[in-house]
Amino acid sequence: MLGFFATRLGYLVPVLIAVTLLTFLIASLLPGDLALVMLGDQATPETVRALRHDIGLDQPLWWRYLSWLGGILTGDFGRSFRTGEPVLAAILARLPVSLELMLLAELTALMIAIPLAIRCARTSGGSFDRIVTGIAFAKLSIPNFMAAMLLIYVFAIQLRWLPATGYLPFGEDPLGNVRAMVLPALTLALAEWPVLMRVLRSDMIATLQEDYIAMARAKGLKQRRILFVHALKPSSLTLITVAGLNIGRLIGGAVIVESVFALPGIGRLLIGAIYTRDFMILQGVVLFVAAGFVLVNFLVDLIYAVLDPRIRHVR
Amino acid sequence: MSVREADLATPTDEALAWLASLPVNFWLALAWIAVIILAASLADALPLPSPTDMDMLAQRQAPSAAHWLGTDRLGRDMLARLIYGARISLTVGVLAPLIGLMIGGLLGIVAGYVRGALETAIVATADVLLAFPPLVLALAVTAYLGPTLANLTYIIGLLGIPAFTRVARAQTLAFANREFVLAARAMGATELRILWRELLPNVMLPLLAFFLLAVAITIVVEGALSFLGVGVPPPAPSWGSMIAEGRESLEIAPQIAFLPAVTMFLTVLSFNVVGDTLRLVTDPRQGTL
Repeated sequence: MLGFFATRLGYLVPVLIAVTLLTFLIASLLPGDLALVMLGDQATPETVRALRHDIGLDQPLWWRYLSWLGGILTGDFGRSFRTGEPVLAAILARLPVSLELMLLAELTALMIAIPLAIRCARTSGGSFDRIVTGIAFAKLSIPNFMAAMLLIYVFAIQLRWLPATGYLPFGEDPLGNVRAMVLPALTLALAEWPVLMRVLRSDMIATLQEDYIAMARAKGLKQRRILFVHALKPSSLTLITVAGLNIGRLIGGAVIVESVFALPGIGRLLIGAIYTRDFMILQGVVLFVAAGFVLVNFLVDLIYAVLDPRIRHVR
Repeated sequence: MSVREADLATPTDEALAWLASLPVNFWLALAWIAVIILAASLADALPLPSPTDMDMLAQRQAPSAAHWLGTDRLGRDMLARLIYGARISLTVGVLAPLIGLMIGGLLGIVAGYVRGALETAIVATADVLLAFPPLVLALAVTAYLGPTLANLTYIIGLLGIPAFTRVARAQTLAFANREFVLAARAMGATELRILWRELLPNVMLPLLAFFLLAVAITIVVEGALSFLGVGVPPPAPSWGSMIAEGRESLEIAPQIAFLPAVTMFLTVLSFNVVGDTLRLVTDPRQGTL
């Protein structure tokens, strides 16, 4: 186990370094002078030169990368060019909103996906299975922003059950916070459950054909116990991997959902930084999100190895 | 791929039987794609009102003889906007995955066939690129380059390369040690000839199926970027920005948001259906079930 951990860790470090390098290069090598872009129409050669000097654009590329990286390692992501707010503080202030959204979405998706997958696997090929699989396939073609509009139309405009916008911090008004989170989380969950359901369903069908399931049946165990205890755990390995890998999609979805429902999370910060051309924030958010995604995948790998001892001994 | 016994049916009969065995939804999806492509490419020749001319006296109208699908918030013809929007969705939707298919496909086949250090380098690079949530990367790069049709196509195309690389590599690995490749090598075929004549045709079909699924994903990504206001700038109509604009009229005229939404859904679904059918047909593992 320790050896496996070391191997994965040895892989993690170069990937993280590559991620910082790529983020930096995107910001630095793309056409368009950053200073010129930031100053816009009012730029004069003098102000451009002054700004280039201020933000260190007149330094060589490798030096700028190393000093940026050095700053990040000491927790200094730089400051917003617009507001002077430290980038890391801006990210951390909005992180809880995004985390709450993604956690609620993933939980809701699992609560939809697991029972459906079990029922489908048990009666695979039957009409229930075919209908649910069909709906899941069709749902894959409905993008988040479309689902968000549909939910707003039904639950906020027609039924008037839930607010479409208006975020409240959990500390101030827990109930209001949850109410404001229902539609955004549901939007993301609707995009996630078909993927999770398909994966668990096919693994479950395979597990149900194993000998020990037949054995459990022969012993006269209850159907419920066989499905939830004997079959679910060995079938859920791919589910966990996919749920982890999906975090990348979930982050992309969160950007859209936060902007539709006006939630003050990381996604709104990113979109705002794009609109106002606040490149330090943009660069910081992209790095933060990508690094977080890499770390989550690393954790998923570890959980996977804990759950399935066979993985540790491969290679 | 076992050698088949002498087949009595001619190749054409066999092809026809194969086509007839494809499910109905496959043909419906293909028909919808054909309609959209035709409408988009003939848009200038069709007797349509302008998609960008505003008419402040005819805002948010219901369908009528003058405006078959009604008008939007600024009195612009919905049908014309949908059809001109299809141009943007299809241009980006087809051209961007084409970049991924050609570059990613080539890298994947080379990685799967040559192996060694080159393979490690290609796979590692693809892994790093896959570490970025695609929409976030697309947003960031579009912000720097500026949202034009060409830039959107390049960016989404480049983002698709690692996925194509993975698919092509996996397929090549599965074929590289098969008997027909060994036979070709034993007969003295050059490496290039083996790649071109033996591996490429076998890897191409699964890649094509993946390409169609990538078209569906790309249309969604382009729609999302437009929806967020980072896509092709207005007044050019795009399905994503039409849905975003429709939000303001959701209460009084929901069709303004839902017409482009339904059009986009049907198009994305159609590419998914066609791609998925092809994937099932070409996947050797599924074929043996």
